[in-house]
Amino acid sequence: MAMLDIDNLHAKIDGDEGQEILKGLSLKVNPGEVHAIMGPNGSGKSTLSYILAGKEDYEVTDGSVTLDGEDLLEMEIDERAAKGVFLAFQYPVEVPGVATMTFLRSALNAQRKKRGEAEISTPDFLRLVRDKAANLGISQDMLRRGVNVGFSGGEKKRAEILQMAILEPKLCILDETDSGLDIDALKVVSEGVNALRSPDRAMIVITHYQRLLNHIVPDFVHVMHKGRIVRSGGKELALELEANGYAEYQQDAA
Amino acid sequence: MPAVQETVDQVRSIDVDQYKYGFFTEIESEKAPKGLTEDTIRFISAKKDEPEWMLEWRLEAFRRWQTMREPEWARVSYPPIAYQELYYYSAPKRKTALSIDDIDPEILKTYEKLGIPLRERDALLGIESGGAKVAVDAVFDSVSVATTFKEELAKAGVIFMPISEAIREYPDLVRKYLGSVVPVTDNFFATLNSAVFSDGSFVYVPKGVRCPMELSTYFRINERNTGQFERTLIIADEGAYVSYLEGCTAPQRDENQLHAAVVELVALADAEIKYSTVQNWYPGDSQGKGGIFNFVTKRGDCRGDRSKISWTQVETGSAITWKYPSCILRGDNSQGEFYSIAISNGRQQVDSGTKMIHLGKNTSSRIISKGIAAGYSDNTYRGLVSAHRKATNARNFTNCDSLLIGDKCGAHTVPYIESKNSSAHFEHEATTSKISEDQLFYCRQRGLDPEEATALIVNGFVKDVLQQLPMEFAVEAQKLIAVSLEGSVG
Ligand SMILES: Nc1ncnc2c1ncn2[C@@H]1O[C@H](COP(=O)(O)OP(=O)(O)OP(=O)(O)O)[C@@H](O)[C@H]1O
Ligand SMILES: [Mg+2]
Repeated sequence: MAMLDIDNLHAKIDGDEGQEILKGLSLKVNPGEVHAIMGPNGSGKSTLSYILAGKEDYEVTDGSVTLDGEDLLEMEIDERAAKGVFLAFQYPVEVPGVATMTFLRSALNAQRKKRGEAEISTPDFLRLVRDKAANLGISQDMLRRGVNVGFSGGEKKRAEILQMAILEPKLCILDETDSGLDIDALKVVSEGVNALRSPDRAMIVITHYQRLLNHIVPDFVHVMHKGRIVRSGGKELALELEANGYAEYQQDAA
Repeated sequence: MPAVQETVDQVRSIDVDQYKYGFFTEIESEKAPKGLTEDTIRFISAKKDEPEWMLEWRLEAFRRWQTMREPEWARVSYPPIAYQELYYYSAPKRKTALSIDDIDPEILKTYEKLGIPLRERDALLGIESGGAKVAVDAVFDSVSVATTFKEELAKAGVIFMPISEAIREYPDLVRKYLGSVVPVTDNFFATLNSAVFSDGSFVYVPKGVRCPMELSTYFRINERNTGQFERTLIIADEGAYVSYLEGCTAPQRDENQLHAAVVELVALADAEIKYSTVQNWYPGDSQGKGGIFNFVTKRGDCRGDRSKISWTQVETGSAITWKYPSCILRGDNSQGEFYSIAISNGRQQVDSGTKMIHLGKNTSSRIISKGIAAGYSDNTYRGLVSAHRKATNARNFTNCDSLLIGDKCGAHTVPYIESKNSSAHFEHEATTSKISEDQLFYCRQRGLDPEEATALIVNGFVKDVLQQLPMEFAVEAQKLIAVSLEGSVG
């Protein structure tokens, strides 16, 4: 059984009479696999990640999504998180006045509690954060600042990966984690992501650039266009897209 | 356990409409006859064994009060208060305690249930524990039942005692300062208080003394239909420093109870007074039934040069809050501060803010107000900053932020600015925001449930003010914030 099974997913903006954004999307992801999703702007990549995470702005009109055989779409947002769904946001949100440290700890303990686990002790937590933050080049000062407040674009993306490393999710969805990163940061972040690759963890990496996939080498690459996966292949597909663009898929749109 | 987590646990453990402090203590009490006449006042004054001047002072206030009308300008509405249906004096029947051992064990149990921080509870029980000491004065209905650490304070020369005792023991000090900041005729509720106040705390810190511990008062209304009219007077003599904390709770009742306190602070030259309040009177149920009507006059007089008065308040309770802790910046180079968190939920109505009256030269003031409205509540910030003709170089910075949770509540900001001196420099910032769906989604994606997420976001919103509170109060305040927002989301 696939860890994540998306079958014929149709979705639109909630309460909107307008067009569907996802128009019959299917994707199976097994433990240990890394799937890259590429596709032109507006093709529905972020929408897919939001729907998997449970954002309430969308209405699923058809199809199904299961996580380990359970109906994901029936679950509350925080329930999904506790089951191991993590979304690294394309645009991380600021939470002023809440220190990143406090936020991380509240999140970790909330998830643990939902899973019936004990809270992490203060020394264990501090050690965990110190190690992971150092690897990602995140300073203590950043950890004391409000969540994402005054962080540069690149710092925000690194902070997302730090959260991921601490929460140790089962399904990681990375939405354009490479955008806004300079070359060195790209390397650091990729290393952070690679360190989390494991036989029982799966990843969906949304990106526009082959560059990221040189660092995080995917098992599969999918092309998304107009709310559907229109082509799938191995890592060489990304190279082909880099060379030719999406023209081939956009002919019908023109 | 981090405070936020504790906050969250607290929210979980409490049902909607379950005011934690809503219990009633069975103790026999002695009351004045119902209603308010000159005889009631004579009764109170006699009970307190007061000198003649005090009785005269009260009677004069009462005569003035009879000619006054209840103010109507605040953005609150409530049914007429039947002043003749109230009891104006209620005392636990056992004689006013002389030492901790004389206190009715039922009252001690009550304070225990109130969750007065352990250290303070120990203090009430006369046990010395490690860490910073806090001297506590506990006011039960109309009477002060215990003041701890009296001797240790006396060694430092600090007077901290029920005001009723101070009237007998230090009549000259009381007479000199009582009513000197909030005059008898100041406003309807203050005048009523002047006539009938039954107890409260008195603090005098002598010249050059830094009060060796935090002073704290817990106010508790217990009896049905009883008004609580406490009177607090704090004087910091030249170069003195004192930090004072005030906490308030009341049982849960269907009918409204009246609370009309007066607090007067006097800071002489180079003195500093820090006054913090965590107000958690019963707010009424979700339909707006019951709850405390809280009409309070709090004012500080920076009488000497370079003096400083700082008000910090966390207002979470009461059905109606009418409260404007103010500073009169009389001394040159004096400073006033007002830090406020006002939370309203259910049908609560809050009209609160401050007045900074700049009279002296080079005076400065700072106002940071965070209003949070949820449910069907209304939350108004009302502030006045004024500079007198002679107040050269008066400076004020005001920041008022309002946060709305849901779309049935209201937040309003009513700032008044009056400047009669062209060198005055007043800055005002105000924002109103809603808890954003994006923030909630982000927090929930990380595993927090809607209430945990809201508590976290709100705690972030009020952080600047929480930081002003003494550590233990800050933790308590954080919990209260979460509890008062209970049921406001989802
Ligand atoms: N909340 C929303 N309200 C209105 N339209 C929306 C909303 N969310 C998504 N859309 C629309 O749905 C389409 C898909 O958007 P989405 O953000 O999923 O694209 P994307 O593939 O992530 O694009 P990009 O590569 O630019 O990040 C776009 O046309 C977008 O305008
Ligand atoms: Mg996108």
